[in-house]
Amino acid sequence: MKKHMLIALLIVLMTMGSVVFAAGSQEATPAKEVYFLNFKPEIADVYETKIAPAFEAETGIKLKVVTAASGTYAQTLKSEIAKSNPPVIFQTNGPVGLKDSMSYTADLKNTKFYSILSDKSMALTDGDKVLAVPYAVEGYGIIYNDAIMKKYFALPSKAVSISSADEITNFATLKAVVEDMTKHKTELGIKGVFASTSLAAGNQWRWQTHLVDVPLYYEMKDKGIPMGTKMATFDFTYSDNMKNIWDLYLQNSTTAVGLLGSKSVDDSMAEFALGQAAMVQNGNWGASQILGVKGNTVSDADIKFMPIYTGISGEENAGLCIGTENYLCINSNASAEQQAMADQFLSWLFASDTGKQFVKNDLMFITPFNSFKDSELPSDPLAKEVIRWMNKDGVSSVPWAFSIIPSEEWKNKFGAALAQYSNNQLSWTEVKNVAVDAWKTEYALTN
Amino acid sequence: MQKSIRKYFALFALPGLVAFAVAFLIPMVMGIVLSFAKFSTVTDATFTGFDNYRKIFIDKEFITALWFTVRFTVVSVVSINLGAFALAMLLTRSIKGTNIFRTIFFMPNLIGGIVLGWIWQVIINGVLLPKGVTIVSDPKYGFWGLVVLMNWQNIGYMMVIYIAGIQNISHDLIEAAEIDGAGRWTLLKSVIIPSVMPSITICTFLTLTNGFKLFDQNLALTAGDPGKQTEMLALNIFNTFYGRTGFEGVGQAKAVLFTIIVAAIALTQLRLTRSKEVEA
Repeated sequence: MKKHMLIALLIVLMTMGSVVFAAGSQEATPAKEVYFLNFKPEIADVYETKIAPAFEAETGIKLKVVTAASGTYAQTLKSEIAKSNPPVIFQTNGPVGLKDSMSYTADLKNTKFYSILSDKSMALTDGDKVLAVPYAVEGYGIIYNDAIMKKYFALPSKAVSISSADEITNFATLKAVVEDMTKHKTELGIKGVFASTSLAAGNQWRWQTHLVDVPLYYEMKDKGIPMGTKMATFDFTYSDNMKNIWDLYLQNSTTAVGLLGSKSVDDSMAEFALGQAAMVQNGNWGASQILGVKGNTVSDADIKFMPIYTGISGEENAGLCIGTENYLCINSNASAEQQAMADQFLSWLFASDTGKQFVKNDLMFITPFNSFKDSELPSDPLAKEVIRWMNKDGVSSVPWAFSIIPSEEWKNKFGAALAQYSNNQLSWTEVKNVAVDAWKTEYALTN
Repeated sequence: MQKSIRKYFALFALPGLVAFAVAFLIPMVMGIVLSFAKFSTVTDATFTGFDNYRKIFIDKEFITALWFTVRFTVVSVVSINLGAFALAMLLTRSIKGTNIFRTIFFMPNLIGGIVLGWIWQVIINGVLLPKGVTIVSDPKYGFWGLVVLMNWQNIGYMMVIYIAGIQNISHDLIEAAEIDGAGRWTLLKSVIIPSVMPSITICTFLTLTNGFKLFDQNLALTAGDPGKQTEMLALNIFNTFYGRTGFEGVGQAKAVLFTIIVAAIALTQLRLTRSKEVEA
């Protein structure tokens, strides 16, 4: 009897032991490791194949990069942060996103990373705590292929009087040009003027966040509401202007309206890169997607930007939409040592010579840090265009007003409504009502 | 012997009990507790009473998803079971090659839901292409797409269960019925169906709960588009939990409600079909 007892005990001990050892081996992951949860899938490769090895070679610290799939950052962060080895560096998209991660965000006031930020007011703060530091200024508008535009303006049968894309400064001109280009699309060798209006799940951000920024900004300007504050109701006073440009996108596209639900942003960028479309609405972050496409037919010198025109008065003097939705935070629940290594990595990336080369050539960020000289600004065509528009005389940029949107849910609902409009399931009035009503409910829920 | 079993019962049951507690009981209890709390990670919960349950109904999403799920489940339970039973009847006849066909019909079940969803999305979009629309243009495409997908995936599996049931019917019984003058219809209605009632119980249970719990296929095929009109309960819970800031508790509350609904329906169904089972 005793013997059986012993054997039984042994078995129990062994099983328990194996549990302990299994856990032990997990603890033994490399001590010098920084876990960075990356937001941008389009540059995930650069972090993994170039930056991480270089950083490890110089400092001996391993950089673990995990990239969330497009449109799933918030949920990836949420599940990763609850794990035993959570991300040390993570991204937030502005005041609204930060509110969700406030409980585990470290104060960056004394970090080297914060000290190199040129304009300290750009950081997100809570009282005297600095919680998030922006790392890239970005701009978006309508990217156009100047080679195709020149070809169009050289046509003898063109219906417009202007002779260069630079002369498009308002919606009426844009519409005339685009519609006439559609008529001549076989001569121009394109499938459509605009690349596909991507409406697949997770690919609607170019519309429900970026495009709506324009009407949103002018409404806030009329009401005198400053950027980054709160707005209880959204009247969508400029909804007809949004409809203008939205209809133009849909009706002069490479893809039939009904098929847009299956198109992703990658598809649109590829169409532009392959010369099948003359224009695409996107930002300078898309440069790598144009330049990196196999069989890319667009030369660097032909990639140009123009602002999004919607027919709002005064738009002749408006520039690209410029701002940032990219802030980095450090996890306060990580050990002090890991937090220090995170700072070391970030300041290495944005202030050391090796790091800056990656930022300039591979990540192609226009950074807000004083560690970059003018000669160290990115040299890709879109970043150059953003800088050109930022410094253009008589033109003021449209700020990123969309950080005032009360929740991601609003964007999803609005995006879905836009998709349904394109399938004739909703009228524009109904789309407008969705935007206005959802804003009201979401504002009430989040404030 | 009896005595020593009793003596060591606790010890031998321990590993199983520990595993059950860690993998099922503790998460379940935690889940129910968290549904009454506001939290962003599972460790920072603050108690808020029934607030989460109230918030479930601030918009029509949950009800829409529930209604879509119910419609889908009814249609798919009927079609899968009829299809599977018909195939089983065919493939239990003594025809050459039944084994090959059984294998072929079973095979779709070996492919994961996400992969199936993508495959069918491509197929359905291809079919719809001449009409100039996609699967997410209209919720009815998504609905029928899901039904077709689930039939394709599950008929083979249920067929195997029905075949086992049909093969278990004793030949004496069938012969006796035939001698008594039963035609094919009577044979089916009065002998075969009552005899395979246990298989019917299992298959309806499986298809019913599968229908309610469906997630991967829904996510991969339409992701709830257009405008959440093809979003089923499980996907809605996932989107609430992960997709909305501050709605983790509401997602949790929905999950608890979902468990109650599925359990209630499944138990009712079990009781109903069990009562029809006969001893052969």
